[in-house]
Amino acid sequence: MKLKPFQKRITKIENITKATCTLLANEIGYEELALVDGRLAQVVKIKGPEITLQVFAGAEGISNYAEVVFLGQAPSLVVGEKLAGRFLDAYGRPVDGGPNIEGSETETGSTSVNPVRRRRPNIPIFTGIAGIDLNNTLVAGQKIPFFADPDQPYNEVMATVALRANADKIILGGMGLTHDDYLFFKEEFRRAGALNKIIAFINTSENPPVERLLIPDSALTAAEYFAVNHKENVLVLLTDMTLYADALAIVANRMDQIPSKDSMPGSLYSDLARIYEKAVQFKDGGSITIIAVTTLSQGDITHAIPDNTGYITEGQLFLRKDPETGKVIIDPFRSLSRLKQLVIGKKTRQDHPQVMNAAIRLYADAAEARTKMENGFDLTDYDLRTLQFARAYNQQLLSIDVNLPMEAILDTVWQLFGQFFHKEEVSVKDELVNLYWKD
Amino acid sequence: MTTTGIIKGIIANLVLIEPNGPVRQNEICYLSTGAENEKLIAEVIKISGNTVFAQVFDSTRGIQCGTEVVFSGSMLEVYLGPGLLSKNYDGLQNDLDKLEGLFLQRGKQAYPLNDTQLWQFEPLAQPGAILSAGDWLGKVPEHGLQHIIMVPFNWHQRLTLQWVAPPGHYTIQETIAILTDHNGKEHPLNMVRKWPVKLPMRAYRQKLRPQKLLETGIRIMDTLHPMLEGGTGFIPGPFGCGKTVLQQSIAKQADADVVVVAACGERANELVDIFAEFPELVDPRTGNKLIERTVIIGNTSNMPVSAREASVYTAMTICEYYRNMGLRVLLLADSTSRWAQALREMSNRLEDLPGPDAYPVDLPAVIANFYARAGMVELNNGKTGSITFIGTVSPAGGNFKEPVTEATKKATRCFYALSQRRADSKRYPAIDPIESYSKYTEYPEFAASMAHIAGNRWLQQVQQLKNYLLKGKEAADQINILGDDGVSIDFHLHFWRAELIDFVLLQQDAFDTVDQLTPLNRQQFMTGLCLYICNQSFMFDNFVETRSFFKKIINALRQMNYTQFKSDAFNSYANEVNQLINLHLALQNN
Repeated sequence: MKLKPFQKRITKIENITKATCTLLANEIGYEELALVDGRLAQVVKIKGPEITLQVFAGAEGISNYAEVVFLGQAPSLVVGEKLAGRFLDAYGRPVDGGPNIEGSETETGSTSVNPVRRRRPNIPIFTGIAGIDLNNTLVAGQKIPFFADPDQPYNEVMATVALRANADKIILGGMGLTHDDYLFFKEEFRRAGALNKIIAFINTSENPPVERLLIPDSALTAAEYFAVNHKENVLVLLTDMTLYADALAIVANRMDQIPSKDSMPGSLYSDLARIYEKAVQFKDGGSITIIAVTTLSQGDITHAIPDNTGYITEGQLFLRKDPETGKVIIDPFRSLSRLKQLVIGKKTRQDHPQVMNAAIRLYADAAEARTKMENGFDLTDYDLRTLQFARAYNQQLLSIDVNLPMEAILDTVWQLFGQFFHKEEVSVKDELVNLYWKD
Repeated sequence: MTTTGIIKGIIANLVLIEPNGPVRQNEICYLSTGAENEKLIAEVIKISGNTVFAQVFDSTRGIQCGTEVVFSGSMLEVYLGPGLLSKNYDGLQNDLDKLEGLFLQRGKQAYPLNDTQLWQFEPLAQPGAILSAGDWLGKVPEHGLQHIIMVPFNWHQRLTLQWVAPPGHYTIQETIAILTDHNGKEHPLNMVRKWPVKLPMRAYRQKLRPQKLLETGIRIMDTLHPMLEGGTGFIPGPFGCGKTVLQQSIAKQADADVVVVAACGERANELVDIFAEFPELVDPRTGNKLIERTVIIGNTSNMPVSAREASVYTAMTICEYYRNMGLRVLLLADSTSRWAQALREMSNRLEDLPGPDAYPVDLPAVIANFYARAGMVELNNGKTGSITFIGTVSPAGGNFKEPVTEATKKATRCFYALSQRRADSKRYPAIDPIESYSKYTEYPEFAASMAHIAGNRWLQQVQQLKNYLLKGKEAADQINILGDDGVSIDFHLHFWRAELIDFVLLQQDAFDTVDQLTPLNRQQFMTGLCLYICNQSFMFDNFVETRSFFKKIINALRQMNYTQFKSDAFNSYANEVNQLINLHLALQNN
């Protein structure tokens, strides 16, 4: 941040907490930026002459006689074509040793797209992972998180999805990313030869937590630049949104807000929606798709963060380890893609919707059979067949290491149906059974 | 003289103002940001000493202390007149199609009506008539409906109609009637009315009890837990249980004259769904496009939070306006939890003492008052009009023991509980048949009305269905505890009868062009068929045989659901069902 003439300077701070400081000043705009002892801060509350600033890097070591300079503007990012291939920090400064970004300065956190200017998303994104393509088909313009426990390979799956998704730009917003995972992403993108279409905004766990609050806005401002100005299909990866929400809670707490469920701020829903709703399919082509990660604590989706997220996003993807095959699978019960209805059977083969539902119904029967087995009851012939089916279904389709084109996925399901079941047990429309049934 | 004020503080979208004159609670004021044509709208929500607290319906970025505020003297109002149908508004009734640019710009407004379009007016009242608020002056056709031009709803005195315009084409701004009050003062009227959204619009003779079924074509609703014209209901459910799909099905299929969809703090892509589909879809009852009977109020989750609260009131006011024309209006609000959360955010910034889960203490009262604006009314001229209101609730963590769900349950008569278990096994719509209820089934008026439409035995049949479902659930619990072999074959029979009703009547494919809408006569036919099967005294040797028999029969019945009613294909599946039954009966009797 360069200093300009006539900027307001104050040299007395009244009040300092871990993340905020309060001082007296006039003619300050709400959400205006300031530098407190050289650290970036933003106005979060004005009450008469009292201005409360949120210091992104934390207030450690700041003196009550430190210099505060008001910058007279809201947070912004320099955007331009030169962003492609760059790794930046939360403030949009290069961390890859390259030159500063050239382009136009754009305010971040822009207003929302007028809903009547959106187009209904209808372009499927194929990932080759059958657990996604078959049961939870992704669509350009969608927003969807992985709900995963910290020990699950969510960043790996996300990187795979990103690289196979055929996007024009991939924007990575890393919040509280471990340095190891940061290097993993960098290496994956390099190996795939995709570095030229990556833009990364990185806040690692080494950086101050409140800085994370800047990451989604920066990432999405860059995304809007490419989607609007260049009509590109942009994929935004946000990991980990739970750590983002934790940072929100820290700031709310410092500002004496009454916490709602799970110590989260009452505005959590709106705060998250503001980010996720940036996902859009524009009428004239450009799109922003958001794939995020929300880490859970022992699979608990009733916690305020995953719960609010679930109500905002268009579905969620669950990873689960299948104890029988030892593979990580996309859980067909708890995962959901709300937008799949717009493409399945329309942009994919006509049998897709019914095949998908029938397989999940049979998989549910298998789960019941397993419960029976665990409770020591005798299994029927049908129960045994559903269990065999579930095993094959896990291995050949749901496992995250599957990489199949759409048609092959559907054919595989029909083949499994034929292998384990009779036609009437599958309960699919007769006209489709007649076309695709494999004995 | 208008009151003005100076901004003294800003906390997110709450501003503190020092006024120089009188200010009313809920009065609207305007903040000038300095930018050209940019005026931010705010609503007074608290007055304390010489400080006025106002919620800004927009982003407050860049606003400074010392900014001037102008008070309008009126509360938040909407414009009512011909041309509302098929419009897409935001929560403050800005016409979204008229706003320029890809992105919504701060402080920009768009007039909701069209002042230059001509409407074909026809008078309904004769000069000399004594009229009062809500009385009918004339009508104009609007998308196949008769849009009634009424006496302003806030005129408390009786007035004499001095002149009414002859039939012809007029704009909404032209004078179409002149009324005189008892002082002889003349009041010219055009076709535009205004109404403050926070106040219920009355101007009717009395409120009645709902009695007539509101057909939705959704079997589990119409048959099992009916919603009535002028009724209230709500749909709570964890995310991913199909709340939105269910609401959209109701919006598409319900037998109403006008449908107002309030997207309150929900996903923009869901609105886009409606924008894309409704202009294409045809209302099977009128032959008109669905969009022609629909008004959309869209305050999506990324739009300013405070406008979210306004959006539900805006929607309700538009409903009340059409209800006063003697129409059957349906209001769908998705989701009322977001609205409650907006209230919570505001109450938090005001530093009010919090109630449960940090919601404001008066939340139950606010919700109850709002639902009470729905209902069936008798108008001044003896005709009836109704507002049916179905809201969704998004309980935190899917747990129904939370303030919004509990408060809404007390305020409504129908409860459509979405169950995670049903959704997980893809049994859609995931309405729990046993936990859900419609209080209206206890109304004698409803029983009489149903007997007239569907015959005397209908409600008995529905009760039989419910009994079978309950028995089936008990049997399923027993089988789970004791195992397939641990219970007698009767338990399996109970279980499979309930499964049959579940698979054939309760589950319905909202995305299949045939199955998505089942008219009442078809529902009666299928109910009769299912009961006929359930009432047979089948005998089986073992539970495996029971299952395979019922699976076959369910499969054939589901095929019937996918084919046109009474078509050849339908009849041939019906024959298949009969053959399966007869074959089994013949075998067991030998």
